Amino acid sequence: MPTSWRMALAAGFLAVTAAVTTARPAKAEELVFLSTQLRPIEEAQKVRDLLLKGAPKTTFIVDEPSPFTVRMQAEHTAGKHTVSLVGALHGELQPLVPIGALDAVDDVAEAVKSRNIPASLMELGKFGGEHQLYIPWMQATYVLVVKRDALPYLPAGADVNALTYDQLAQWAKAIADKTGQRRLGFPAGPKGLFARFLQGYLYPSYTASSVSEFRSAAAEAMWSDFKTLWASVNPNSTSYDFMQDPLQAGEVWIAWDHISRFKDALQATPEDYLVVPPPAGPKGRAYMPVIVGLGIVKGAPDRAGAAAVIQHLEKPETQILTAAETGFFPVVEAKLPADLSPGIKLLAEGIARTQNAKDALPVLLPVGIGDKGGEFNKVFTDTFQRIVLRGEPVRPTLDAEAAVMRDIIATTKAPCWAPDKPSSGPCPVN
Amino acid sequence: MQNMTQGADAGHVARKARGDVLPYLLIAPAILFLTLLFLVPLVQTIALSFTTGGAWSLGNYARMTGDLNFGVAIRNTFMLVIAVIPLQVALALGMGLMLQKLARGRDIVLWIWTIPLGVSDLAAGLVWLAILQNTGYLNSALFKLGLIAGQTAWLNAETPVTLFIGIVLAEMWRATAIVLVILVAGLQLIPKEFGEAADIFGATPWVKFRRITLPLLKPSLQSALILRTVLAFEVFAVVYALGGRNFPVLTGEAFVWQNENQNYGVAAAYAVLIMAVSLAATFIYLKALRARPETQP
Repeated sequence: MPTSWRMALAAGFLAVTAAVTTARPAKAEELVFLSTQLRPIEEAQKVRDLLLKGAPKTTFIVDEPSPFTVRMQAEHTAGKHTVSLVGALHGELQPLVPIGALDAVDDVAEAVKSRNIPASLMELGKFGGEHQLYIPWMQATYVLVVKRDALPYLPAGADVNALTYDQLAQWAKAIADKTGQRRLGFPAGPKGLFARFLQGYLYPSYTASSVSEFRSAAAEAMWSDFKTLWASVNPNSTSYDFMQDPLQAGEVWIAWDHISRFKDALQATPEDYLVVPPPAGPKGRAYMPVIVGLGIVKGAPDRAGAAAVIQHLEKPETQILTAAETGFFPVVEAKLPADLSPGIKLLAEGIARTQNAKDALPVLLPVGIGDKGGEFNKVFTDTFQRIVLRGEPVRPTLDAEAAVMRDIIATTKAPCWAPDKPSSGPCPVN
Repeated sequence: MQNMTQGADAGHVARKARGDVLPYLLIAPAILFLTLLFLVPLVQTIALSFTTGGAWSLGNYARMTGDLNFGVAIRNTFMLVIAVIPLQVALALGMGLMLQKLARGRDIVLWIWTIPLGVSDLAAGLVWLAILQNTGYLNSALFKLGLIAGQTAWLNAETPVTLFIGIVLAEMWRATAIVLVILVAGLQLIPKEFGEAADIFGATPWVKFRRITLPLLKPSLQSALILRTVLAFEVFAVVYALGGRNFPVLTGEAFVWQNENQNYGVAAAYAVLIMAVSLAATFIYLKALRARPETQP
């Protein structure tokens, strides 16, 4: 008896495995779209159910930036391709350029010409070369979100839509003094984007640079200002990843973060919040536009399908739907409808105010440092940790970290990117 | 007659040879599995940790020891091990002895005590985060009791003591059960006769514990300590959930170097360091807690 049982079990097991194996689509021409953006499960599902509706049948999968690069490099080296279409940040696509993993998409660029994607954005997709290597897909940036409860404490004479770092510091201090709680917050947790704040907002606002002037006198003054400001910052900031969470929990009233990381709070109770441009420093109101691009893999199993999906995603109606569902804004000419949800509308207005500010200073994401991006970010977060959290003296810390940055630039030979002045060779760290 | 004996001998030898080979054949898949999925990556990791830019060098180790979080990570990891392990062993020993005295419902109690074993460590960390964070259950309770005026933070860089206590509590809750299970198994192996004999001579419970239970429990204690200490040196998810970057530990640093800084060499150096520390701890336990076979029943 037991033998027959075992036989039956084995047969059942075989049947199940067979079913599983056949259920897996193993067709070579399957169109796989791998993205580092829209990773949260609800957002990925929106891409599958809504944004890709009407496009050729596509398997949309997501991965974190680091495994994304490894997978694309591995598939390229092995010559065995499963992914046809990739969607990632400009800086995440860049490591794929020197190894030739991205196919030229000049034909697709031609096909979406009528969508009027700004030439400056299209230019970014060429990585300084001749051919179009990605088509801009959507854009985003970082803003300050202010809870209306904070407004009574705004320093006299300050305009909430044109704050300076000094005013932000006074404001946060007034709130801390009068409410007994430190309610300014930054996403300085393990998955937070605080490094972008330091390199794209704070540094350029004070020094008009994020590399060359890293250890300048202006940077020294900036750090001592920021250390003072940090005394009014919620100490839990070093655990915050997405600022919508502490905002909704009432821990924080003023927060800086990526627009998509405010979406839940703004959509839940839009009447509670203002979206305002980031603060300005002596050198201007630095801000970092974020560009997400769509590229086709060289040797893609389904190149034609991938090109068709790009064209679908670049349609104005898809782009508007993308904005409404994900909080990433159109790159094509598309008028956002008046009935946009109030939270998304707040974000759109905040972005417009940032871009149109008189003293706006656009800052590029690091260019040309490839897989050293993580270590480049670490220079900024380490400097912050040493000066602000551990109270190390500013000058020697800046000198030591500048040496690390010099090494990174020397290894990658990256020339300066905006707002640093263009350099002929690797970007100098003065 | 002679032939028959020879035939029997030959059969015996063949059986014996087969008997010699069989155990090796049976463990061969396990060895193959370990070689492919453990030894090969191990050698690769060690090699990776000693290469920078394609050439042999100690650069990754210099980078690791020169990093601002290295000293802190070492200190935090050792502090956790030193605080958590003795507490866990004492607690598990106490719980195990109490369990022995229960006449009824032992299985139920053991079952309840070992529930945390079934919870993944990240989930355990998140459970404790829900208790200890600003808007967590602890603050709600303290607020209702009128002990705090508003949200109070326990888990950030400015409150290192409560952060440490929080992590220790979470680790105790999560991983005491594994020690308990091993010690309970060990306690059940101790023959009752020793205790009965001691009773006849009028030994106090304390003397019985020190002279009978503890020495006979040595092999189980050794296994429990080795297992728990190695795991404690690899502590990660609970710390990550509760402390994030505020409480760097060795495994966490390896993760950050691998995932965020994308420098696999330095991450490999951390991995090798963790392995060396774990091996050293295991070696110390093997030496210090060696139980001579003749002292065991």
